[in-house]
Amino acid sequence: MFALLFALLHRILILCRKELLAILKDPSSRIVLIMPVFIQSFLFGYAATYDLTNAPYAVLDQSRSAVSTELIAKLESSGVFHRVANLTSEHEIAEAIDSGEALLVLQFGATFEEDLYAGKAADLQVILDARNSNSAGSAAAYINAIVGTFNQDWRRDHGGGEPALNIQARSWYNPNLETRWFFMPSMIASLAFLQTLMLTALSVAREREQGTFDQLLVTPMSPTEIMIGKAVPPIMIGLVQSTIVMLVTLHWFKVPMAGSFVTLYLGLIFFMISSVGVGLAISALSANMQQAMLYAFMLIMPLMLLSGLATPVRNMPMPIQILTYANPLRFAIDLIQRVYLEGVSLLTVWHDLVPLFVIAALTLPWAAWLFRHRLV
Amino acid sequence: MNTAGSAVQIEGLHKQFLDKESGRKIVALRDINLAIPAGTISAFVGPDGAGKTTLLRLMAGLLRADTGSVEVLGVDARRDPQQIQDRISYMPQRFGLYEDLSVQENLDLYADLHGVAAQDRVKRYARLMEMTGLAKFTARPAGKLSGGMKQKLGLACTLVRSPELLLLDEPTVGVDPLSRVELWEIVEQLRQDEHLTVIISTAYLDEAERCAQVYVLHEGEVLAHGTPQALSDHARGRCFMALQQSRQPSRVLQAKLLDNTDMIIDAVPQGGDVRFILNEHTQSDAPALQEVLDGARVEAVKPRLEDGFMVLMRAKLHQDKAAVEASLAAAASLSNSSANAQGPASDTSDEVMIEVRDLVRKFGDFIAVNSTSFAVKRGEIFGLLGPNGAGKTTTFRMLCGLLPATSGFLQVAGVNLRTARADARRRIGYVSQKFSLYGNLSVMENLEFFGGAYGLRGKRLRQRIATVTEQFELHGLERTPSGHLPGGFKQRLAMAVGLLHEPDILFLDEPTSGTDPLARREFWRRITALANTGVTIIITTHFLDEAEYCDRIVIQDAGELKALGTPREVWVQAGHSASSPLNMEKAFIDIVNQARQAAARSEQEVAHA
Repeated sequence: MFALLFALLHRILILCRKELLAILKDPSSRIVLIMPVFIQSFLFGYAATYDLTNAPYAVLDQSRSAVSTELIAKLESSGVFHRVANLTSEHEIAEAIDSGEALLVLQFGATFEEDLYAGKAADLQVILDARNSNSAGSAAAYINAIVGTFNQDWRRDHGGGEPALNIQARSWYNPNLETRWFFMPSMIASLAFLQTLMLTALSVAREREQGTFDQLLVTPMSPTEIMIGKAVPPIMIGLVQSTIVMLVTLHWFKVPMAGSFVTLYLGLIFFMISSVGVGLAISALSANMQQAMLYAFMLIMPLMLLSGLATPVRNMPMPIQILTYANPLRFAIDLIQRVYLEGVSLLTVWHDLVPLFVIAALTLPWAAWLFRHRLV
Repeated sequence: MNTAGSAVQIEGLHKQFLDKESGRKIVALRDINLAIPAGTISAFVGPDGAGKTTLLRLMAGLLRADTGSVEVLGVDARRDPQQIQDRISYMPQRFGLYEDLSVQENLDLYADLHGVAAQDRVKRYARLMEMTGLAKFTARPAGKLSGGMKQKLGLACTLVRSPELLLLDEPTVGVDPLSRVELWEIVEQLRQDEHLTVIISTAYLDEAERCAQVYVLHEGEVLAHGTPQALSDHARGRCFMALQQSRQPSRVLQAKLLDNTDMIIDAVPQGGDVRFILNEHTQSDAPALQEVLDGARVEAVKPRLEDGFMVLMRAKLHQDKAAVEASLAAAASLSNSSANAQGPASDTSDEVMIEVRDLVRKFGDFIAVNSTSFAVKRGEIFGLLGPNGAGKTTTFRMLCGLLPATSGFLQVAGVNLRTARADARRRIGYVSQKFSLYGNLSVMENLEFFGGAYGLRGKRLRQRIATVTEQFELHGLERTPSGHLPGGFKQRLAMAVGLLHEPDILFLDEPTSGTDPLARREFWRRITALANTGVTIIITTHFLDEAEYCDRIVIQDAGELKALGTPREVWVQAGHSASSPLNMEKAFIDIVNQARQAAARSEQEVAHA
């Protein structure tokens, strides 16, 4: 019994060794596995952000009053906005927006100051370029906040009493609402996901194409052993890649880690096993490398976009939300964000592990079955 | 040299390549001088890596010579390669057919590429279809054609316009004998009708024998050239047949003769007897020779091109005579482990190693293998022969357990490998068609991996690796990535991997496809030695002359088993007399043709009824 187990482990081990050798022996593939992850984590950390800085705006101040000037000064001092033009008439608004010169135009009506002093509601018009709805939304929110403070101060200084309701928002886990804080922990899963999926998707397909898979099938190795031997090396490589992204997030971007590494890695291991399952199933299904590439690329875009990385899953239509249960990345991102930013324990995120486990439990045996039954 | 009437004129040609890995320069061709007369068929023959393909590509203007001149159809290839390419047709080894396009679409595509006018196409297509016999299949996707038909379509696509010179690079590799005959008929017809000049490179010397002149290339040099007759004469007066009295397989005597490198240059089984070539110092009545022949009667025969080729090659290799001897000795050493190297008779038991009854394999409606039955005994060399698409690869894959049978009974070493416990697979070794190994792993890493996969480890693994490295002469190459090995060494490594765990049965799928006669001799010497130790060999091959190394063969066509038995029995089944000298190529063609005619007749009867 013990000897049998030992023989089994030995076979799996030498297969893992062979896989790792085949992947890592080539210096260029070693670089391809490490460098892009490294570079991308910097690239996305700096470049992929919804935060507004230097948003260009234009002003059409028809009131030319002290109050409007005061409000504009507040806007300027926020550091978010940057004035690019002073307009003189309404028909210049369209041009400023269309040309992309200004993200928004502030229009103060001619009676702006008079209305305020008269105690009437004074209108301030904000025209936004919503072709990029994300930037437009954030810009509007900033202006709302600035105007809100202005309103408060005005009431205090000029009578009218305190406002009935004063909202004080606090952003937990990301006090400054930095996109990077949200984005980088997600990258720990998604950057590694991309390459693990490609690596596994090509592994069996490559051997089929080169004829070595037949050679493997005639050895005493069982399909399950081959499956395990093919799954473990990409899992290891994926974990190394995740670690690289995590180190960059932690030490370069200084996004503080609130949770435990043990929980994080446990989640990552589950995630890697299920992504390798998807990759191996693709690979076992494909007749050659070209097919495997096509299948993988076909899946990668929807898996990335519908993972909650770009848009929240709860905003998606119900049928799509159900579909995302087959997406390992969705649960990995949720799990990692909560562990990393909130510091929750396994007790809180165990429900994310269940779908990951189910995906792995379906795809891996299916792939092993296909090894012998998919005839090409 | 006389330029008039020459289609190709080459003088003082040198060509070298830079090996990117090592940064060394490799000489591909050196000091080549040749003149190919217009309107003839010429052949380039030689071992792998002799420079045949490079020479053809230089003529096609696809490569530039380092020094020397290449003049094709009176045009300098260096100055105006485009003009040459407009007037010649070149069919590379792997012709680029679009597998998903139909036969007609492939033809149209190549006609478009070559700018063939619409009114010319109608006539040309009709003629090409008639020659190639593809007319019935115009709508079929090229990927669904058999290997032979693919080559014919490739040739048709190459010939969509009338060239003045046709260059063919190993057009018959992996093509069955019937299709080979048909391809040669097309080429010969073109030469006659259109006064076309054809240059062909080939590994088959019987094909080269049909050409007006033959160039023997070796390591980038023209070793010899002339008419097939002139080249055969190199072996004149030295070719003999040893007519066997006993009933033992001719390969036993062949192996003994081949091992006597002091006296004998070459020996092959032929027609149930053994054909051999003596070296220049040995007389056919030498006592030492008589002793080896052991009572077999000797008869002088006319030399063939292959005999001349072998003499030339061995003479060239004379410097490395020690190496040749060593390699043959190593090949033969496989049998030394068994106490008695006399022949298989002593080792063959009646134990049935493989049994197949009513085996059927269908792919949808298509019957790839139909009710096939045979049995193979321990120590037998069993050959599966047939044209492309005949079902031999399907049968082979079912035996290995790589493909499930649709119905029927199948046992290998007492089990069905597809459903048996993994352990049973330890008893078989497998060498695939492409010698599939992990190309970026070194020779040693490949051996270690497959050894481990078969459960060998520790000291036992070291021992076995040392043994096969010795047997297959892989020492010094342990660290070389297997993808960088030359063809012959890849084959040896694949064999070493297949035999690492000392299997009872060795499966070989077209192991000699595309290899030169020299490498094939050595390969078969190993196989016959192995069989002597009691290993059962199952082999598929396109080379019909190789059937004579087999104890028994099956011939399949269109999924049906058409003949089964010893080469001699199959010869009789083909309708020849038992005493006439056997010719396996002829037997094969006869059997397949008879079967096809019978099938056509019964179809007609059904239609009439």
